[in-house]
Amino acid sequence: MDVIVIGAGIVGAAVARSLARAGVGVTVVERNAAASGTSSSGEGNVLVSDKEPGPELVLARYSSRLWPMIARELAVELGPTFPSIEFDRKGGVVVATTDAGAEPLLEFAAKQNEVGVDARPVELDEALRLEPDLTRKATAAVHYPEDAQVQPAAATEALLASARAAGVKVIEGAEATGGIRSDGGRLTGIVTTAGELRADAVVVAAGPWSGEVTARLDAPLPVRPRRGMVLVTSRMPHRIFHKVYDGDYVGAVGSDDAALQTSTVVESTAAGTVLIGSSREHVGFDSRLRVAALREIAAKATALFPFLADIPVMRSYGGFRPFVPDHVPVIGPDHRLRGLWHATGHEGAGIGLSVATGELLRDLMLGHEPQIDPAPFSAARPSLAPHLEEVA
Amino acid sequence: MADVLVIGAGPAGLAAARAARTQGALVTLLDAADDVGGQYWRHLPDNRSSERERVLHHGWAAFTELRRALDRDDHCRVLRSAQVWAIEETDAARRKEAPPAQQASEGELRRTTVHILVGPADGAARERLTLKPDAIVVATGAHDRTLPFPGWELPGVFTAGAAQALAKGERVAVGERVVVAGAGPFLLPVAASLVQTGSAVVGVYEASRSRTLASGWLPRPWLLARAGKKGVELAGYVVRQVRHRIPYRTGTAVVRAHGTDRVTAVTIASVDEQWRPVRGTERRVAADAVCVSHAFTPRLELALAAGCELDDAGFVAVDADQRTSVRDVYAAGEITGIGGVELALAEGTIAGHCAAGGSATDDVLRRPLRARSIYQEFAQRMHAAHSVRPGWTGWLTDDTVVCRCEEVNCGALRAAAAATESSSLRSLKLSTRAGLGICQGRICGRTVEKLLADAGPHGRLRDDARFDRRPIAFPLRLGELATDDQ
Ligand SMILES: Cc1cc2nc3c(=O)[nH]c(=O)nc-3n(C[C@H](O)[C@H](O)[C@H](O)COP(=O)(O)OP(=O)(O)OC[C@H]3O[C@@H](n4cnc5c(N)ncnc54)[C@H](O)[C@@H]3O)c2cc1C
Ligand SMILES: Cc1cc2nc3c(=O)[nH]c(=O)nc-3n(C[C@H](O)[C@H](O)[C@H](O)COP(=O)(O)OP(=O)(O)OC[C@H]3O[C@@H](n4cnc5c(N)ncnc54)[C@H](O)[C@@H]3O)c2cc1C
Repeated sequence: MDVIVIGAGIVGAAVARSLARAGVGVTVVERNAAASGTSSSGEGNVLVSDKEPGPELVLARYSSRLWPMIARELAVELGPTFPSIEFDRKGGVVVATTDAGAEPLLEFAAKQNEVGVDARPVELDEALRLEPDLTRKATAAVHYPEDAQVQPAAATEALLASARAAGVKVIEGAEATGGIRSDGGRLTGIVTTAGELRADAVVVAAGPWSGEVTARLDAPLPVRPRRGMVLVTSRMPHRIFHKVYDGDYVGAVGSDDAALQTSTVVESTAAGTVLIGSSREHVGFDSRLRVAALREIAAKATALFPFLADIPVMRSYGGFRPFVPDHVPVIGPDHRLRGLWHATGHEGAGIGLSVATGELLRDLMLGHEPQIDPAPFSAARPSLAPHLEEVA
Repeated sequence: MADVLVIGAGPAGLAAARAARTQGALVTLLDAADDVGGQYWRHLPDNRSSERERVLHHGWAAFTELRRALDRDDHCRVLRSAQVWAIEETDAARRKEAPPAQQASEGELRRTTVHILVGPADGAARERLTLKPDAIVVATGAHDRTLPFPGWELPGVFTAGAAQALAKGERVAVGERVVVAGAGPFLLPVAASLVQTGSAVVGVYEASRSRTLASGWLPRPWLLARAGKKGVELAGYVVRQVRHRIPYRTGTAVVRAHGTDRVTAVTIASVDEQWRPVRGTERRVAADAVCVSHAFTPRLELALAAGCELDDAGFVAVDADQRTSVRDVYAAGEITGIGGVELALAEGTIAGHCAAGGSATDDVLRRPLRARSIYQEFAQRMHAAHSVRPGWTGWLTDDTVVCRCEEVNCGALRAAAAATESSSLRSLKLSTRAGLGICQGRICGRTVEKLLADAGPHGRLRDDARFDRRPIAFPLRLGELATDDQ
């Protein structure tokens, strides 16, 4: 069996690796360079803390189990000269800073507890033991030991290198511009700027550009860009030890309001800088700086850690999350066009969810028993139907 | 009255401010440094004013007069220690040909917004200022670029610009026995300023070979004569150089600096047409300071943030009016091409005049227009003669530091590119940390891009990431950013 994967971000890389290791012949087609899109324009949080009980949490916990194994496999396979993917299960602390925010946070954690997430509400003194420089004004805090991180660009490169070693061919600088169909109407290949390619199946893993790519294949998906910006401080001695979020992170993920939203995640990197993310805006693929968004992120970060007020910001960067209107990734076959498969729409969690996405897609494509229920990720799910009609 | 903001108060910015005032505009002229003058007119603080200023600074009298005139002018606000840390571009400003109807109806909201911090960068209380002028002249200049070589991170190795700034601004001799090396006609004036502060210049080593120099300079020598002052100025340096008996060698490069705590010697070597070091020609020269400059890197971040397009050579593209691809944004000086102070002054005058509502066809611009075309010719020949050739990477070793902020060496860069087979700068930056330190790739960016492109599978980078894009142009404290300035 031969498969074409469109897009060499972390999702395309994970899908290619999973398929190739199961014996499938895979060609990855990438318009620019591998790891040049969203996967190198954001952060690398591998979180369970921000997900309410539901299919995304199930997928996140699946990924969370896979990451330590895959990190070990990659390190052994690629050796010490390959850039480290920096997998680190450092844990997260979610903090509410207002009286109104305290109760929803604790309720959210209680619901997660019921489905088996390790969510531990902690008193202020315990929170201050975890994070000594945290604001004294915290009204509630929950510790999530399972939260982890990877360096997203290196993780993408490593998954792709491992895929190459398993026989995957990667064609860079080739843009998919249309589909090729058999007489029976099945998708049997794609047209690219570097020529035509044939295969038994085509997987779209084009991140926020998946809406455009699926439209070119005549089976459009409602994937849109949702912009995010991150601030980076200058280096300093480590004073932040976990991923620390303000409590309304949870609220922003679930909403699709076009207006500016910010939710703050503060963390130290191995290099000694502090990353502060991030905003969520529906502004198309407009990458121009927006000071109002940065100001809001900065204000929330200094509310969590007052000492940050004196720390210089030296850089901001950002990208476009692949957003779908019902907030669940699309993984599996297209019900309208045979031969077309999807692995996209992971919004702000695609780094974390990538490895489980690869495994799930492989199992579905090869007819193996999937480890989790695939129905909620199907393009044919009811919650997506009205949105499919809109873009049809 | 039009309201014009001039960013950068070097020769180009000063000339732009004056021309915009002459044309009747209200002007704000600002610079991040604690006084105006830019790279060229480095000054002493007022309380240390020197008798010899005129000797060290060409055109000093004209400069002080211009500075005084602008400072005294009620319609010109001069902001010193004022850093533009961000520019926000809005849609209507984007294209020159935006329909006039739209321009009028969008009003205030649709302009380019300039975010400024006023006060010393390390001061506790900087003031935030937001301006939405009718027109902007970007004159942020360039800094000189040093190609890395083994040992270049040692104390005692300076960029030529830094050495000249010390010599001109602080009157500090960088060393007793100094080597000047790199490429370009500015090596000579740098050597001259060093001599004037009491250093012995052991030699000036120009990497370009005399044949390239001849083919770059000599095909139309009458142009050199027409470039009046510039020819005279260069001749002046040459005379001074001869007087002080400084050896000037072409086709020669510093390929290594030696020393443990600081530089004690350098190795020089012959380089071929492509700047590849020629084996067997190495020679050790004792020196306690090395001033090196191979090229210039324009400070593009603000122009890029404003949405300005670049030309093929990587400078801000402008039309006859010095107008960029963005309707109300003009550019002048080194960010539009490297050409020396006379060109910067001419371009600044044209930009300021046009930004204030004038046009390049106006009679008053006759002289600056003529000067611009003469010095542009000069600049082209200079570029042809001295521009960086690719063979220089031949003097790198695996342990040559490339990114000094994050201490990334050449071997690590090449290894990462080879292991990942990556041609994504965005990805390789994150994996190697090159260019992610406090200078944000201002020193090493172009070099990192070149080394990664060479080491990767395609011989070039395939993504659109570039070090020149720095949405935050100056570091600011999170507390300053969090404060509302509205
Ligand atoms: C600011 C920010 C912070 C984030 N933080 C996190 C986080 O902490 N944790 C987390 O898990 N996720 C995070 N994310 C989200 C995560 O980055 C994305 O979900 C993930 O990178 C998506 O990966 P992808 O492979 O689907 O897309 P991409 O990485 O964008 O890859 C898609 C590729 O397809 C290529 N392509 C597009 N069109 C074509 C075509 N026609 N032909 C060929 N190739 C094409 C593109 O060039 C691109 O390389 C964040 C995102 C942002 C913007
Ligand atoms: C070592 C060296 C020797 C030289 N020797 C000669 C010579 O002998 N003869 C000659 O003709 N030319 C010489 N030059 C070139 C000359 O210095 C330039 O041509 C001239 O200074 C260019 O003027 P400019 O106005 O474009 O830029 P600059 O003089 O560089 O001025 C730019 C100004 O913009 C300011 N700025 C930048 N970014 C910001 C920001 N974000 N916010 C606020 N302010 C900002 C800077 O502080 C700076 O003052 C030399 C240059 C160097 C480096």
